[in-house]
Amino acid sequence: MAAITRGELTEQERRSHEMGLHTEKLGGRSIQKFFDFDLNEPASGFALPNAYDVDFNKRAEIDASNMPSREVNLRIRELMQDGYGTIVIKNPGARHSIAVGILNRLNLIIEGSLGYFGLGLIDGPNVRISGRVGWSCAENMMSGTILIEKNAGSQFGAAIRGGDLVCKGDVGSRTGIDMKGGTIIIGGDTGAFSGFMMQRGRMVICGNSGKNLGDSMYDGTIYIGGEPESLGVDAVWGTMTDLDKEWLERKLRLYEVAPKGGIGAFRKIVAGKQLWNYDNLEPTEKKLVL
Amino acid sequence: MCGIAGLIHRDGPTSVGEEMTAMLRSLKHRGPDSTGFAVYGPSMPNEYVMRLKLAEQEDLTKDHRIRQKIRERQAEVDGRLAELGAETLEVAEATPYAFRYRLRYAGDTRRLTTEIEQIEGAEVLSFGSALELIKDLGDATQVSQQYGLGAFRGTHGIGHTRMATESDVDIRSAHPYWAYPYNDIAVVHNGQITNYWIMRREMERLGHRFMSNCDSELLAVYTANNLEQGATLEDSLKASIKEIDGVFTYVVATENELGMAKDTMAAKPMVLFESDNLVALASEEVAIRAIVPREIDTSDPYDEEVRVWQR
Repeated sequence: MAAITRGELTEQERRSHEMGLHTEKLGGRSIQKFFDFDLNEPASGFALPNAYDVDFNKRAEIDASNMPSREVNLRIRELMQDGYGTIVIKNPGARHSIAVGILNRLNLIIEGSLGYFGLGLIDGPNVRISGRVGWSCAENMMSGTILIEKNAGSQFGAAIRGGDLVCKGDVGSRTGIDMKGGTIIIGGDTGAFSGFMMQRGRMVICGNSGKNLGDSMYDGTIYIGGEPESLGVDAVWGTMTDLDKEWLERKLRLYEVAPKGGIGAFRKIVAGKQLWNYDNLEPTEKKLVL
Repeated sequence: MCGIAGLIHRDGPTSVGEEMTAMLRSLKHRGPDSTGFAVYGPSMPNEYVMRLKLAEQEDLTKDHRIRQKIRERQAEVDGRLAELGAETLEVAEATPYAFRYRLRYAGDTRRLTTEIEQIEGAEVLSFGSALELIKDLGDATQVSQQYGLGAFRGTHGIGHTRMATESDVDIRSAHPYWAYPYNDIAVVHNGQITNYWIMRREMERLGHRFMSNCDSELLAVYTANNLEQGATLEDSLKASIKEIDGVFTYVVATENELGMAKDTMAAKPMVLFESDNLVALASEEVAIRAIVPREIDTSDPYDEEVRVWQR
């Protein structure tokens, strides 16, 4: 049986542990980072379907003009099977469920906009989208990076476990709802109930947010450069540290996101930890506390 | 689910019928039960278009005397129009049970529609000087062809593909809803209204009538009531967010305006495209792409957002 790897921590890992981040590396399938078996070793008796070795120098294009989503997704899989590591999708036409379930490293370039549920359940690819994405983009993402040049719809990054999800424009409501890890960066504003029931990970909002930011969050951190309309239940202001600022500066520089007020304008929101099972209070007592 | 869409041209009439058909065709997966359109063209003084049905589609297979009954009901309609002094300029039989009357009439339009609706089996689907409202069971292509919508030229329109959740699959429960007896108001809605009966009773106490048990009809009646009291469309949309409970996004069209409102939870989708000449909005961006195939910038309206555009 596979065991969880616990090697010597590097300096970078030590620092990220100090900040409460896990040691995620943005380079491939998340499962490979947590278990010590060799996926290419038949003796391990462990095979994962639809995960391929690809060559980033092999490039292919898909013109999705007249293709239903299912065909586009099957074509991506065929190309990955043939070792193509860079795939360009042209004319996606805001279709739904494009590029879902990609479980290996891949450079995916989408020239246009996606509809709902785009890039859901992915684990590993680096994606760049020149247009906009609809509702529930990158839902349950495990690892990889997604960079969106325009706006995004609601439920952006719902329940993501890892990876970096970046939208340079504005996003809809319930951003990062139930997120369990990873990083969400929003260049503009976000809607109501962002970070709702967030459990881990980091959300960076360069602009303003709608009402009830961080409502009922268990854990994790929200950074906001603008103003929230209101904080949600059990979301409280935290203290910005030098480490926070250093991390923000690095992440935003990496994705070329320039917040209007600079790094100095950011404030931090964390869980007050009075709502959930952080204590032994009876429900009636909890009401008094809140 | 349900899919809603709307558009308004600010540079004069175009093929709105064709455009709305293309938008709703691309939203077919959001609701296969029925499709409806409300499109707005140029208006003439004292000239009105009345759309009415004299039976349900399903009656054609259930009642062997229905065609005779429809003929009798239509004769009754013609008689009452003549009695009221309305000049019938044109009559078209869109389907065996649905008719379009073009009228010249200088009297009280509320009285006219009330008199027509007193005929057994008759329901006025819309009445207005600029509004043409059609709705029927089937998808956008079927309904548009059946009623010859492709040839319609106008400035704005709204449409709906319905997945029945709160009421029956029939024309009566199909959108858009015209707000009887007010001219030129139509509403399409995606969502569920949870204080429907409370609000309906309030409207009924004010003298309004409801033809269906569909919660979306409330929005049409509510809007018409507010406009009659002197509110602007924007005022009415804003008030609805406070007074109407539930999850909803809805679009309203009047003779010269197109408006939208989203509830406090922003639980129902809407994508918006705005340019100098065209505003298009829909439950999904694919509907906007159906009429604007080039790369465009779109956005999601936020919770409690209200927008109104003039033609």
